[in-house]
Amino acid sequence: MKRLTVFFTLFLFSLLFFNAIGRAQELVAPSAESVPAVTPSEQEAAPPAEAVPAPTEMSAAPDSSALDGIMVAADTVWVLMTAFLVFFMNAGFALVESGFCRSKNTINILSKNFIVFAISSISFWVIGWGLMFGDGNSFVGTQGLWFLGGDDNSPLKGDAYKGVYSSIAWAGVPLLAKFFFQLVFAGTAATIVSGAVAERIKYISFIAFSFVLVGIIYPIIGHWIWGGGWLAKLGMWDFAGSTVVHSVGGWAALAGVLVLGARIGKYSDGKVNAIPGHNMSTATLGALILWLGWFGFNPGSTMAAAAGDISRIVVTTNSAAAAGLLFATATSWIVLGKPDLGMSINGLLAGLVGITAPCAFVSVTSSVIIGAIAGVIVVFAVLGFDSLRIDDPVGALSVHLVCGLWGTIAVGLFSQDAMIPKTTGNGLLFGGGFDLLKHQLMGIVAVGAFTFLISYTAWFIIKMVLGLRVSPEEEISGLDASEHGQSAYPDFPTSTISTSRGGGA
Amino acid sequence: MKKIEAMIKPFKLDEVREALVAIGVSGMTATEVKGFGRQKGHKETYRGAEYKIEFIPKVKIDLVVPDSLAEKAIQTILAKSATGSIGDGKIFVSTVSEAIRIRTGETGEAAL
Repeated sequence: MKRLTVFFTLFLFSLLFFNAIGRAQELVAPSAESVPAVTPSEQEAAPPAEAVPAPTEMSAAPDSSALDGIMVAADTVWVLMTAFLVFFMNAGFALVESGFCRSKNTINILSKNFIVFAISSISFWVIGWGLMFGDGNSFVGTQGLWFLGGDDNSPLKGDAYKGVYSSIAWAGVPLLAKFFFQLVFAGTAATIVSGAVAERIKYISFIAFSFVLVGIIYPIIGHWIWGGGWLAKLGMWDFAGSTVVHSVGGWAALAGVLVLGARIGKYSDGKVNAIPGHNMSTATLGALILWLGWFGFNPGSTMAAAAGDISRIVVTTNSAAAAGLLFATATSWIVLGKPDLGMSINGLLAGLVGITAPCAFVSVTSSVIIGAIAGVIVVFAVLGFDSLRIDDPVGALSVHLVCGLWGTIAVGLFSQDAMIPKTTGNGLLFGGGFDLLKHQLMGIVAVGAFTFLISYTAWFIIKMVLGLRVSPEEEISGLDASEHGQSAYPDFPTSTISTSRGGGA
Repeated sequence: MKKIEAMIKPFKLDEVREALVAIGVSGMTATEVKGFGRQKGHKETYRGAEYKIEFIPKVKIDLVVPDSLAEKAIQTILAKSATGSIGDGKIFVSTVSEAIRIRTGETGEAAL
């Protein structure tokens, strides 16, 4: 029965795939060689929001078309190169997650992180992009939904743009570049989930949920904030995705973890038992890959080679990362007695997630503070989830959900209008009052409620139809054996004593 | 023939092996094991959760020697593997009823 379901699903998608090839003939995307007169001055790209006028002026300038061609080329190269960095974050996640988990589940965790990007690539192309960026109403896109098929004359922008993806028309790059860039972000949200549900979820169930997350849930939230939807109109800001990507992944993960339950042996007799990761080397390498990838994630979100902005965003990103790492290490050292490497890794990621929303809108000093606070928060969040008996093997909830919320709030506190004028305005700590913070909080509540409820429902349906969790025997023998019939380390002597530590004396 | 099983601290393995070969021991088997005796385990933490390491990594060497070499082998192991601190290990001696070299079929002490 299970195999039948899998085959049927694959068959269905091949049908859609071939259908799409036929429909692809209809795609209209004229490559505009000459761009109409748009100011050639440095294009400070503003995050999309219908209510805010584009910061560049639409004055005609003589001999600008050659320069504009160069700008489009530069912006496109920037968008794609940063997208490649974000793509590579999938490798980072795979290494961190497998390192934090036991060797008997390594194949399964690597598989989930590997296949999830393929799932994202297809589902975001099929429907996700359209729901997120298609013209429509305040809640969802309704035009150009399927297979990237809506009318579009990117890279033309501003008044010259004619198409159904107006919310992202501010980015002067070809449609497919925009698509790929947004795709890797969607993929990041999906891969966040894989860590929290690791070591006990059925592979097919994760696959099924990922299609839903990237095809429907993520795009709807994305539409609200980046697709010209109601939160954008309200005045909520999220530059690179603390809410859109990280908290969405986090809420979806939380829902999954609650439906799934804790790993066998994690909590017993009122105690929290350690289940040590099997490879801190890969975990650390993965953390560094994620750090590098974030230099695509944050600065890339300008979607334009805007020299001043991208430089500032690189430094705010890195400063928050460093502060997060240091403060998490210190916190772990003080509270737990030793500097736990896993906590340091979570601290790095916490700082990065925390700065993701505010990165363009805050000063370097603010970014250090934001990262530092995230580093402290994440340590207590890890301990907190365990105290609530919510089992998260890699700290995904603590990093992405909790610090994603912190990053969103930080926009309301630390934003400075001078950074990107006429966008966020000033936050609470810079004389802007409570308005921005209020909008951020409203966004948090709305996104949280929607994402969590829909995700929980999806997980629940998947549980009814496909089953969610492997059997206890399968969990104990390891998912590599039961789900994949493979061993990740067939040459290594398998240890039957579960806590193996080095040291000869 | 006597079988000598010795659980020793892993970092002593090379020293012990060299010394045994020097006195004429023709072969041995080494296994990585975990064990405890009077040396208790220790505590570690992982992401805030404490856990006890009850079993400590050791190396077990098995060697079968002619009766004439047994006492010397034991003394050699004792001399080379002892550090004076708890956890140095133990030696067990038993009698072997038969030994056979697989390649040639030789039996008894000729097989050692």
